Amino acid sequence: MSTLVKTNSKAQSSRIPVWTRLLVGTLVTVAILLGLNAWIESAGFLNNNSYQEGIIIDCGLAIILAVSLNLVNGFTGQFSLGHIGFYMIGAYLAAALATYGHYKFFSQLPVDHTFLPISTLHSALPILGICLASGLAAALAGFFVGLPSLRLKGDYLAIITVGFSQIILVVIRNIDAVKGKTSFIGINAPGDVFISTPHLTSFFWVYLCVAIVVWVSYSIRFSNHGLAFLTVRDDEVAAEAMGINTTRIKVLAFVLSAFFTGVAGALYALYQTSLSNDAFTFQRGIDSVVMVVLGGLGSISGVSIAAVLLTVVPEVLRAIEQYRLVVYPLLLIILMLARPQGIFGREELSWTWIKGQVMIVLRPIVRLLSRIRTRS
Amino acid sequence: MGMNIGRYQGAGSRTLIVLSGLAIALVGSGCANKSSDTSTPSGSATGTPINIGEYGSMTGSTATFGVDTDDGVKLAVAQINGAGGIFGHPLKIDLRDDEGKPDEALNVVKLMVSQDKVTAVLGEVASTRSIQAAPACNSAQVPMISPSSTNPAVTQVGPYIFRACFIDPFQGTAAAKFAYNNLKARKAAIMTEATSDYSTGLTKFFTDGFTKLGGTIVNTETYSQGDIDFSAQLTTIKAENPDILYVPGYYGDIGPIAVQARKVGLTCPLLGGDGWDSPKLVEGAGGPGGALEGSYFTNHYSPTNPAPLTQAFVANYKKTYNTTPDSLAAMGYDATGVLADAMKCVGNPADGDFDSADYRKKLRDAIAATSGFQGVTGKITMGPDRNPVKPAVVLQIKGTDYNYAATINP
Amino acid sequence: MHNSVNQLVSQLLNGLQLGSLYALIALGYTMVYGVLKLINFAHGDVYMVGAYAGLGSVFVFSHLHHLIPSPIGAVLVLLSAMLIAALVGLIIEIAAYRPLRRRTWIAPTVVIGGISGFIGWNISNDLNRTPVSCYLIGAACFIAVGFILWSAAKRRSLTTGTRLTALITAIGVSLLIENFCVLPQIFSADLRFSQPIVQYPEHTSFGSFHMETDTLVVFAVSLFLMAILTYVVAKTKVGMAIRAVSFDAEAAALMGIKTDRIIASTFALGSALAGAAGLMVPEVTHSSFSPTAGVIIGLKAFVAAVLGGIGNIPGAMIGGLIMGIAETMVAAYGPSIGISTDYRDAVAFCILVLILIFRPAGLFGRFVPEKV
Repeated sequence: MSTLVKTNSKAQSSRIPVWTRLLVGTLVTVAILLGLNAWIESAGFLNNNSYQEGIIIDCGLAIILAVSLNLVNGFTGQFSLGHIGFYMIGAYLAAALATYGHYKFFSQLPVDHTFLPISTLHSALPILGICLASGLAAALAGFFVGLPSLRLKGDYLAIITVGFSQIILVVIRNIDAVKGKTSFIGINAPGDVFISTPHLTSFFWVYLCVAIVVWVSYSIRFSNHGLAFLTVRDDEVAAEAMGINTTRIKVLAFVLSAFFTGVAGALYALYQTSLSNDAFTFQRGIDSVVMVVLGGLGSISGVSIAAVLLTVVPEVLRAIEQYRLVVYPLLLIILMLARPQGIFGREELSWTWIKGQVMIVLRPIVRLLSRIRTRS
Repeated sequence: MGMNIGRYQGAGSRTLIVLSGLAIALVGSGCANKSSDTSTPSGSATGTPINIGEYGSMTGSTATFGVDTDDGVKLAVAQINGAGGIFGHPLKIDLRDDEGKPDEALNVVKLMVSQDKVTAVLGEVASTRSIQAAPACNSAQVPMISPSSTNPAVTQVGPYIFRACFIDPFQGTAAAKFAYNNLKARKAAIMTEATSDYSTGLTKFFTDGFTKLGGTIVNTETYSQGDIDFSAQLTTIKAENPDILYVPGYYGDIGPIAVQARKVGLTCPLLGGDGWDSPKLVEGAGGPGGALEGSYFTNHYSPTNPAPLTQAFVANYKKTYNTTPDSLAAMGYDATGVLADAMKCVGNPADGDFDSADYRKKLRDAIAATSGFQGVTGKITMGPDRNPVKPAVVLQIKGTDYNYAATINP
Repeated sequence: MHNSVNQLVSQLLNGLQLGSLYALIALGYTMVYGVLKLINFAHGDVYMVGAYAGLGSVFVFSHLHHLIPSPIGAVLVLLSAMLIAALVGLIIEIAAYRPLRRRTWIAPTVVIGGISGFIGWNISNDLNRTPVSCYLIGAACFIAVGFILWSAAKRRSLTTGTRLTALITAIGVSLLIENFCVLPQIFSADLRFSQPIVQYPEHTSFGSFHMETDTLVVFAVSLFLMAILTYVVAKTKVGMAIRAVSFDAEAAALMGIKTDRIIASTFALGSALAGAAGLMVPEVTHSSFSPTAGVIIGLKAFVAAVLGGIGNIPGAMIGGLIMGIAETMVAAYGPSIGISTDYRDAVAFCILVLILIFRPAGLFGRFVPEKV
């Protein structure tokens, strides 16, 4: 239990001021991601629009979804099953902005380029703008969904979030522009050029978002402010008694997670060439819940690893595609029966943890060896 | 849970799960393969096979579409390979199931164009799935021929996307003409499947066509695929007493709609589109002689068409599969025919590589130049928008047969 | 005027028909929640199993001299659908939910291990392994999963299981059943239609009033089943035990009631009703069904249960009827006030959300405040 509260005391006593560390960290992250992006885009086997690049981006989106859901389900202990609604809001808003604004935003975009879209500043700002707008819209929805729902607990909360998300789904599906068809065909195609331009989302944007989400989660988890979230998870009545405004905390977590889910939706939409309603179903929403549960409610690294696993493994096992959907819930059930806290539980991936795991295997061997030695 | 610090309690649950997973993986990978059937293409074609990708809904609510199209494609490929293939190279079909889901269709097509190295792609039937997957083919510059997608947006995706069938603006208008001229209907009601591009597109074109001829659309109601209760919409429609009910949906829902329509007292005939064409259509209407008896639908071809090519195809198909081919199979057959014909026009690629971008570009141009190709569903000439111009037939349901009722020319 | 009154009446009847079907399914949700405080997500899939069971029993009975179609045949088919559905409900409880409360390991090992073994066998088969290795891998999966579940059961701490765990397990069971049945070896995802099991005239008339016989049959069967359930719950010992366990499980156990057995009976009863509904819906509406047929209708029936007060049996019946009428009314008269029929699915969720915000206990339930 010593890992329950791990405050970043080292950070507070460090000599380098916070702002410098933040700036340097941001620049380093951006530089690394830019470099990786350039490598990916130019590598021979990972050309634009290819299958492998798709998997890498899918992994990134899955991590964003899982880690943001972890904010609510894991850190604050409120079980939400309805984040697919926010994902959809983010996706459709981004598609609408990109399609209707493309003359203004993207007319400068070269039709057939193989390198980063952000090589021109023209596309960087619009992409940022669209993602922010979608995220804010989703966050607003999260506020209006969260405020009435978060008075409920446990099963009831799960059910009401499902209800809200289904309402959002039906409402969006019935907007005239979306109704009955594959909508926003040519999200990234300026005007009447054929839809062969590469997608707008790239490795860089997706993983920049991943970095931001993970950083926010870590900040919440290992800070004194973030303790409030964990306290609400552990014992809400006690937290209320200690003077924590539990409603504020719960709604804050909900809104934050909705924001990032919306951004993930925007990135997803900007990666597609058209949006189809079938991509947003209750089953898809459950996918991210499975990732969070599998990884461990409350463990950022666990959730990320689970997200990557659950995105990559089905692709690798594509030959047995039809069994994937059976293996998922089977895994879920076995997990719930054998290890409900998930693979990582509440712990994070750290050297201590790895050492612990290695010791589990090594210790009996060491004992055996020492026994042999003492006998001989 | 798991390991107690300081006291070894035995492997924790996490360790167990991870170890079991590893064990299964090890056992699994270590086992021998059974001798896989290397299906060498038969016939006189013995060169390196040409990979053709095919994607369709082999399972799901429109399963018969994918299965029947594949049957037609397989028949065509067998005949082509038996006659020597494309300059001695047999065609090899790489079939993938998209389970009836659009994003799955996109995924399998991405897989086909980037990993399976296909020269061209055949598919899909449902317009929604074709629209989703077409951009992947287009950006990878792999020609795609859709056998039966009728929504105009499919070929608008790009210069590499073709289709072998007519498009919905024509099909909707044809249905309107038939309703107005042949059935003398003046008031029509429509039941649209709100979630499909195909259905909403056809509704629009039928509405335009019918009102232009002088009729009136008294009511347009919507339903979702898989709904169980249509009585609310149908009761509203009944109140207007239409002469005809147009239901341009997929076959799974038509039967229940017809049954419930009869229950609320609607006696007018139903009219539909090529989405009706399935052996399962009548089953949902209570079997032969049920609620759909005497209703009509527009389609790509009629198996009783006396044209010699069509009859030869029907006979061959019956011999191979023991059943009359529906239009899905016929369109699959024709799409393959168009592809093979174009390949024959292009000739052998310079370096013998059917997978090069250069060859695919030439193939694309050849497909675009298809003119007067005699298919079992009629003459196929590619228009400038990569859509052929073909007549539509109207079939009437009698028992379990679909009888020829009329031809509507463009 | 007469026409619109007629229309109103027929829409009301439609609503009542739909509502009684929702009520049948809602009863299962509410009874299980009453005894276990668990939302059984897999209940909708029991409904689906009922539909397939109906198909299967029609097939079986039609080979036994002229039983189909006939009233006797219809009753037999109904009974067998209910029986099979009850069985499936029982298996779900014993294999998936009971291990969360007790240290049982046999049932989960057999069922879940068995399914894993089956999947393992199929996967290796599809990957072109030799038949021997297919069986080996299947056996390996079975043993591995069985061992995990056995050691988990041995080690289980009975106080750390939370309701969240049970909820997630329920979701898992539901997805498992759906996707398992979608496999081509089992039911496959193709659409199916029901076979006619009994002939009756299309319309019955009471004086000048016409009604679909279908609606009448649905009413009759549903009311009959609900009456039986009410009798069982109110007058028999088992029913009293069920009520006792719903009220206070610990006290009931202290009184000598075998809670596990009662919980199993509850599952069986609720699932039987859902199976009956599963048989009737495709028969009466002639709609197609597939393994995912239970999802939407299960969700709507669940809303009905919540509406009536989850845990409250008369509440579930009333809730179901209200849901059916509301949905039909919105679909019928909504377009005239601007709500298209596409929103009919949203009706259920709007009701759910409103109820949970303003009166979470439902119409007839009591909200138990959290005691510290």
